[in-house]
Amino acid sequence: MFKKLRVFGRTRDLEQQIDNFLKNISESAMLFRMAVKEYLKHGHTDDYRSMLDKVNSMETDADNLRRDIERELYLHTLIPESRGDVLGLIENLDQLLGLFQGALWRLENERPQIPSKYRNDMKRLSSHAVKSVEAVILSARAFFYSPHSVSEHNHAVMFYEKEADKVGSNLKSELFASDLDLSQKLQLRDVAESIDNIADWAEDVADRLAIYAIKRTV
Amino acid sequence: MFFLTSGLFLGWALGANDAANVFGTAVGTRMVPWITAAIITSVFVIIGAIISGGGTTHTLGKLGAISALPGAFMTAFAAASAVYAMTKAGLPVSTTQAIVGGIVGWNMFSGSPTDLGILTTILSTWFICPVLAAIIAVIMFKSVKTASRMNKIHLLRADAYTRLALIAAGAFGAYSLGANNIANVVGVFVPAKPFSSVSINGIEFLSGTQMLMLAGGLAIALGVMTYSKGVMTTVGSNLGRISPIAALVVVTSHSLVLFLFASHDLEQWLLSHGLPTIPLVPVSSSQAVVGAVIGISLVRGGLSSIKWGTLGRIVLGWVVTPVMAALVCFIGLFILQNVFNQVVI
Repeated sequence: MFKKLRVFGRTRDLEQQIDNFLKNISESAMLFRMAVKEYLKHGHTDDYRSMLDKVNSMETDADNLRRDIERELYLHTLIPESRGDVLGLIENLDQLLGLFQGALWRLENERPQIPSKYRNDMKRLSSHAVKSVEAVILSARAFFYSPHSVSEHNHAVMFYEKEADKVGSNLKSELFASDLDLSQKLQLRDVAESIDNIADWAEDVADRLAIYAIKRTV
Repeated sequence: MFFLTSGLFLGWALGANDAANVFGTAVGTRMVPWITAAIITSVFVIIGAIISGGGTTHTLGKLGAISALPGAFMTAFAAASAVYAMTKAGLPVSTTQAIVGGIVGWNMFSGSPTDLGILTTILSTWFICPVLAAIIAVIMFKSVKTASRMNKIHLLRADAYTRLALIAAGAFGAYSLGANNIANVVGVFVPAKPFSSVSINGIEFLSGTQMLMLAGGLAIALGVMTYSKGVMTTVGSNLGRISPIAALVVVTSHSLVLFLFASHDLEQWLLSHGLPTIPLVPVSSSQAVVGAVIGISLVRGGLSSIKWGTLGRIVLGWVVTPVMAALVCFIGLFILQNVFNQVVI
């Protein structure tokens, strides 16, 4: 009886950890959007730096949570049929945090000058990338609770990824058609790509989730 | 006691092979550790055999009342040989079909008439058993599918519930296996009464027949503990890839079918309500499992997903196993009577 109660206690703890992990990514996405907005508006500021620090700390927390989840799943041979998929999902989602960090560190280290005419597109690009991540988080939650509804959220991921691609592509065309120095063009292109990569990765995770969900349906 | 060894060997073989039908899918999908499965199976097989083993034993007794121990020995030995040969040949085998063949072989040798009514009833259950298991599996699988769509349960919690349900269904399956299949193991020894009853303070604790069933149950448990590990872990690959939920449906369908064909209480209840009864006949647990898996395959992928080869091998088993057991029994009884001068009739 006590063992049975412990089984459910352990399950609850692990559910909580997975939930916290997903929350972490959602919050990092919001911070990312705010940090990019701040940079576009005011350049490199203390606020920007503080938001980057928060994202860094969330990335560390997420790494710890990921390790704990992995250890628990293996130690107690939980969800043997879906374990590989869940671990894969968590590792892939964790990479999103790495991409947020990478894009923000690029702005922090390189401190590129972004001409005002490109700022709106940069803002839209980051907004679409964040929306694609928010949708993939919803999709991941659905995978745990109702795998049948994963596809509904995946549609949103695909939509925002396409929008991000469109904005990113236009932005790059405009950059290279401009009179900016080649070095600045290349630098801004890299900034745009580092943001666009987030949406691309969210789409990749969504594709994998679609397969995991099919496997999970009875 | 020597004459009982063939029955105990048959029990061991049943434990080694058929425990996989109860927990194989759960162990194969790594939802339940083998040692947990083995202990639960052993305990519940013995309980089922002692409490509810009487019904099917009675039916087998009506097919052929073997009153001499050497005769019972050879009948069980013939059945065990057929099981061994069929297993070696890689064909799905049922101890039920083997023991029925053995009894018919004894009837032929002793000149006793085989009750065709009982024989027909038993033969019809061989067909009904997998079909019924398939029907139950289809209904359960569709219900579980609908329920899982309606209730949003976290993957981890669903996993924990499934584990508990698999253990409960496995315990029920082991009980039903003991109740239904103990007749195959020791049924032929019942008329020979090799054990006397056990009394404590003048109160009968276990009758002679129950003692016999306890011995059979222990033999099955020994088979489970010593030889079922490999069979359980490979059963998944024989049945194809199966999800834990499907495994639960398979085990529950199998257990229900075995229970339906073994429950004396259910028979009484049906009789008291004027309903047609289900014959208390030992059925094949392997074929119940295959029937359930086919049922699920039908729901999932239609007719094309059925392994017709597996079905064909089952039908082949229906014919080859009893015929082989009958022949071995007939020849064995002849040798036992004429070479070893044993009373076999």
